[in-house]
Amino acid sequence: MYRYDEFDHAVVRDRVAQYRDQVARRLSGEITEEQFRPLRLMNGLYLQLHAYMLRVAIPYGTLSSKQLRKLGHIARTYDRGYGHWTTRQNIQFNWPKLDETPDILAELAEVEMHAIQTSGNTIRNVTADAFGGVAADEIEDPRIWAEIIRQWSTLHPEFAFLPRKFKIAVTGAPHDRAAVRFHDIGLIMQRNWDGEVGFEVLVGGGLGRTPMIAKTVRKFLPKQHLLSYLEAILRIYNLVGRRDNKYKARIKIMVHELGIDEVGEMVEEEWERIRDSALHLPADEIQRIEAYFAPPAYEALPSDDAGFVAKKFEDPAFARWARANVAHHKQPGYAIVSLSVKPEGQPPGDVTAEQMDAVAELAKTYSLDELRVTHEQNLVFPYVKQSDLYALWRELDALELATANVGLAGDIIACPGLDYCGLASARSIPIAQRISKRFADLDRQHDIGELRIKISGCINACGHHHIGHIGLLGVDRKGEEYYQITMGGAPGEDAAIGKIVGPAFSSAEVVDAVEEVVQVYIEQRRDGERFLDTYRRLGEAPFKARLYEEKFHAAA
Amino acid sequence: MPLLKGDQIVDDPWRFVDDADDLPAEGPVVVSLKRWRDDRDVLMARGTQIGVRLTSEQTPGQVEGDLRHFGLVALEFPAFTDGRSYSNARRLRERYNYQGEVRAVGDVLRDQYFHLKRCGFDALEVKEGETAEDWLAATSVITTPYQPASDGADSVLSLRQRRMAAHVE
Repeated sequence: MYRYDEFDHAVVRDRVAQYRDQVARRLSGEITEEQFRPLRLMNGLYLQLHAYMLRVAIPYGTLSSKQLRKLGHIARTYDRGYGHWTTRQNIQFNWPKLDETPDILAELAEVEMHAIQTSGNTIRNVTADAFGGVAADEIEDPRIWAEIIRQWSTLHPEFAFLPRKFKIAVTGAPHDRAAVRFHDIGLIMQRNWDGEVGFEVLVGGGLGRTPMIAKTVRKFLPKQHLLSYLEAILRIYNLVGRRDNKYKARIKIMVHELGIDEVGEMVEEEWERIRDSALHLPADEIQRIEAYFAPPAYEALPSDDAGFVAKKFEDPAFARWARANVAHHKQPGYAIVSLSVKPEGQPPGDVTAEQMDAVAELAKTYSLDELRVTHEQNLVFPYVKQSDLYALWRELDALELATANVGLAGDIIACPGLDYCGLASARSIPIAQRISKRFADLDRQHDIGELRIKISGCINACGHHHIGHIGLLGVDRKGEEYYQITMGGAPGEDAAIGKIVGPAFSSAEVVDAVEEVVQVYIEQRRDGERFLDTYRRLGEAPFKARLYEEKFHAAA
Repeated sequence: MPLLKGDQIVDDPWRFVDDADDLPAEGPVVVSLKRWRDDRDVLMARGTQIGVRLTSEQTPGQVEGDLRHFGLVALEFPAFTDGRSYSNARRLRERYNYQGEVRAVGDVLRDQYFHLKRCGFDALEVKEGETAEDWLAATSVITTPYQPASDGADSVLSLRQRRMAAHVE
């Protein structure tokens, strides 16, 4: 993985000192909370319902064991012993004290981490495919480009006061595991007819109160032009994006109102003038960064480990875990392992300091000291030998990180909701916990198959409900929590925005409603159909009929 | 109003003249884009320096052909959160190669001084009683920025290139 050189270290160190001074000015009363607000928001510090919340970036989701141990240390020393993985490859600490936040950042800087631009109307932490570098279907490792973008966007002087926040995601594979079509800019690596590698550039995707699928602004961008092209898009957005209404300020609205063709013309015109500027990436700088992401020294192994195959026959629980949580690796004899941070009945994405320490140790033993954080709030070990899978599974099981539910009904995405967040209309976590318990039977989950349930506690959609096969949106109805159900959303290359199926359900009703929806699928599915396939074939009618028939009867 | 220019508090030789007010008999004046367009001949005939003040809705592209007449372009910040003038300043410096003063006027936070300088601003209006040190304290801490911008400062990218070249030799 990438290692800071002295320049990277200096930038982060300088930023910590600057932030420490800003906090000191606030604590001494030299500046007011109102004046401090924009400063802390440049650095991931939010004021929530009960306390400050610090959001720390995990650029493109890659972590070393050492970094994870440091996160555990921070959780234990400065917080209440746990952290929360977000849907954008960040970790949030929910209880830091303001006067200690500079120390937290100084500790993070020691392990090459920071909280720069994890909030504010800035270019946010760049995200990438959590399987980057190891996915079997990959053209190139997206993390190389995500790191180049991280450096370019860090403390960018022109783009610190954009109309609204700005999120960039990169995938190096055609199978989109990074939801790039729901980002302000999505980058998809492509190979053109000449075999040259570059990017398809998409703009204007997003969730929130106006969900949009990003549109292609350029089919193929040679990779050495990446930064100048991004700068052109950002400059046009900074100048043209709406600032009159916070809810219409994202680039998706600009693209929607002006049309992708007009936006494309403006971007290309700007780009023509800056494409050969100092932003043009020299080949040796690209190579310098590439070298950090070179494949590790893999052992030569058979593509199917005999012991792994045998253990799956012997132990059905292991086989079930392997089916859901182990993915195909590009290197023969290796596997990609997902650690489910969604044990039955627990808040999705919460990890304790003890778990972080233990996972760091396991990553050291089984995954070359490296792990990943996914936008689905799980963890990934990218370099596991098939021959180690059984031993790893047993150790993970003891840590409650081996629930065989990745991609299944129990693998729920949820935002922090009204339990923590000042913007929320309703709670998310208790609903996730109740659904998780309702579908606790793993045999049933495996029978249901791939099912993405995503829960947001308000219209800002941090829980990605729009792209859930089943999405739940919390709404406040005269002080009572209600949940709107959407269906048919999809985050990947078959991107779709879910449709609202009908009137919202009360907190007491909503888990039954989700179960009814799943039941309709079970009754109607054809061979090999996932929930999403059945929904797409039948439309919402049978689901709607089932959900509301009783209500209709009651009303009649 | 005191002026911070070249990291010093200096007397401001320029005078902003509101559209409704008469032009002074002498001395450099700054006028709105509208005034410039309406009174261009009168302004040119005065024989003193002319500056133009652009709102964040306006762009330097609208005065591209006239930039050689201006000793100063003032760019407005109606609110510190309105970042359009950063892009307009960079276009002035980099696209139009404008060499005169580029001044930030309006709602600017001290902690934004770093951003302003990097984007090509070389002057800004400060409040009565503020010192140059107050402003400098907020900028001096980021020693080497990652990205190239309008200030011509060495970026991490260029320093790495230089080091690599030295290494090859």
